[in-house]
Order: sequence, then C-alpha cells, then structure tokens
Amino acid sequence: MTTRLRVATRKGLFTCIYEHKQWRIGEPAFLGDPVSMMLDDPRDGTVYAALNLGHFGVKLRRSRDDGKTWEELEAPSYPQQPEGAEGPPWKLVQIWSLEPGTKDEPGVLWAGTIPGGLFRSADHGTTWQLVRSLWDKPERLGWFGGGYDAPGIHSIVVDPRNGKRVALGISCGGVWQTEDGGITWRNIAQGMRAGFMPPDQAGDPNIQDPHRVVASPKDPDTLWTQHHSGIFRRPAKADQWSEITTSPVSGFGFAVASHPTDPNTAWFVPAMSDEKRVPVDGRMVVNRTRDGGKTFETLNKGLPQTSCYDLVYRHGLDIDSTGRWLAVGSTSGGLWVSSDQGDTWEIVAGNLPPIYAVRFVG
Amino acid sequence: MPKVIFASHVQRHVSAPDIVVEGSTVRSALDAVFADNRPLRGYVLDDQGHLRKHVVVFVDGARVVDRQGLSEPVKPDSEIYVLQALSGG
Repeated sequence: MTTRLRVATRKGLFTCIYEHKQWRIGEPAFLGDPVSMMLDDPRDGTVYAALNLGHFGVKLRRSRDDGKTWEELEAPSYPQQPEGAEGPPWKLVQIWSLEPGTKDEPGVLWAGTIPGGLFRSADHGTTWQLVRSLWDKPERLGWFGGGYDAPGIHSIVVDPRNGKRVALGISCGGVWQTEDGGITWRNIAQGMRAGFMPPDQAGDPNIQDPHRVVASPKDPDTLWTQHHSGIFRRPAKADQWSEITTSPVSGFGFAVASHPTDPNTAWFVPAMSDEKRVPVDGRMVVNRTRDGGKTFETLNKGLPQTSCYDLVYRHGLDIDSTGRWLAVGSTSGGLWVSSDQGDTWEIVAGNLPPIYAVRFVG
Repeated sequence: MPKVIFASHVQRHVSAPDIVVEGSTVRSALDAVFADNRPLRGYVLDDQGHLRKHVVVFVDGARVVDRQGLSEPVKPDSEIYVLQALSGG
C-alpha cells in the first residue's frame, strides 16, 4: 500500500512516498523557493502550494495532475487600504494555512494569512475574497504578531458536519469561531492563560497565542491547542478552555495533532521553553495522550536522543486520515515517520531544508 | 516610447519579455505592461500597488524613490529596468 507525505520547506515542496515497505523522497517542486503551506484537497485530488518568494511576494499554484504541472493562480489580495487605517499594512505577507471546505461545498477553500486576514474561495482557488466580517472587527487591532511582525491565522478547523462552522487559531489573537459561514464571529479563547502578558491581561481572549489549534473530525467540537504558555483543551459543550498541566518533559511547543477518530488521543512535540526553542536535554520526543490529557506517554524510540536541536514548528506534525501514520519535520531538516501512532519512529531524511509543514495525502 | 526590461530572476516564475510601451511616468509605463500581462503585476507590485519591498526600478540609471506612487517621469527614449534587490538567503 502506498502512503504519501508532502513536506513544505524553505527551499521547495517535497513528496515522500512509502512503497515496498520503505520511504523515498521524490523530485522536489519549486526547488529553491520557500513553500509556506500546501494542501491536497481530499475531495478532488487537486494540489495547492503557497509560495513566499523573497523578492516577488506570495504566490499560489495549483496542480490537477498530482504535482506534475502547476498553474499560477492569483493569490489572495487585500483591498485598497483606507487612508489612516490603523493596524498592519493591508498587504499579504504569507499564506499560513489552507483548508478545504466540506464535501457538500466543492471548490470552497479557506486561506489564513499574515497579517491576519481570512480569505475564502468558492472556485478551487481561482478567485479569493477577504472575509470582511472578521477583518473589520475592531478587536483585530488588538491582535499582534507572534514570531512575525504582524498577526496571522495559522489554524482553520472546518466542521466536517457543517461547513458553516469554522474555528480559527490566531497568533496572537486567540481562537475565533463562526457558526454561520463567516457572517458573524466570536472569540472563544476564554480560559486560556497568556504567561507573556502582564498578569491582569493574561486571561484576555483577544491576545492569546495558540500556536496551533486542531480537532478530531470525529468530534469537531472538542478543540486542542498547543499554546505559547502550555497545552489547553476545550471539550465539547464547554465554554472554557482547560489548561493541561500533566504533560511531561515540557509544556512548551508549537505542534499538536489530534487522532482522526479518537478525540481523546493527541500528540505534542515539546521544546525547552520560549527562550530556548530546542528539545529538552538534546532529546527529541513526542508526547501522546490517549485520555484527553489526563495522562501522557513520552515516545522516543527511533528519535535522536543525543545532541538534537531540531525544533518542530506548528505545522511540522501530522497524522494521516487512518490514524496510523504520524510525521514530524523539523527546522533543521529532519523528517521522521511512525507507522504505529508514535510508538516507534524511523528517519526519512536528515538533511532537508528547514521544514515548515508536513501533510499526509488523503 | 520607453522600454521596460525585466531582470532574468523573475523570468524563472513568469513570462516577462522586454517591451516598448506608452507612458510618461513609471506608473503609467508599468500599468501598460501589466494591462497585457496581468500575472506579472503581482511579482512587481504588492496589494496596494506599491513597489514590492525587495524589487527596485531604475529609470535611465536613476533608482526610483517614489516606491508607492511611482510618479517619476519617463522620456520617450527612457529605459526602465525592473530588478530584484539583493536580499534574502
């Protein structure tokens, strides 16, 4: 059986293929160019790649033949900035997230960007519209950058049962949710705690830094986040996030993955701290919970356990749709996969360019 | 009419042949180029129509300084070079 994994890096888009019981790396696309995000649309097989060319800006490419040929699309673009408008310039800096709509809305795509705009396409990415209902909210001017100069939308969680329900993770702007397809939005980050703020503002939902927000398709109402200040979970029907303090090794990190059919199972890749963004004690590990965060196991078989300084970014961890395969890609160009939910790992590549995102195909 | 010349670097991504166009300012000359080559526009100008941060334009050897308005005049025999700045890694 063939499994494939896309790897977006600072120097191109790589496709890793598992067949005959081994992994190999295929020919890269866009070699030399930064690829900030990619998407294999499970509804029709179309592949999208967002580039961030150093000189020439953000580009969006689409392939309808599995990456053999690519066509250029007009990238999302911000409208004319009104004179005196506050906040970051209305200029696209990066496409940070790309997600498909639901099965009953073919062609619908969502793109989260820096400087904080959400875009929607209804025609397979050919044209894009800024979601003004969110962009025009006065609260947006209270957001700020986390790692970048301007705020950005890195996580888009579309409810597979109802495409009008969408949750967004924003660094730093909390978690926003719409239940009417983007007409109205509300911040649902209550319960998060921002250790990087003055104490009296630590609970402000509008300045939270959820590094990554995910949900299991089986239970889209239960949200997980790896936050700048720890791990939080928002159970279905709860109106608050709860901090999970049982995570071993470290509560700091960027990535989280949720099991496709078991919403109590999730994985995290801990790093030392905000100030030291490297694995603890030079050992790469993955934390797994199977009981909604009550307890964790620390997994390290096959991962480097000495002198390892690989950091895993927010999109550097993924699980496939079967719940069997996991992949981890690092900013040092290390790529590992597991075929047993993290119990054991094998290295696929140790010298790729810095990895921004890994995503299984299908 | 002024001639617009694009650096080879951008041609890796998008067609950008040298072209002679109507225009009395950098803005109007570039607009004339992009009228027939829409994909190229986004490589040179950003969302607000400003010159991209890491793109530079020279008119007859002088660097364009009005990066937002592109109001510098061009003569009928001017040469407009659109180049990438030396940045990135």
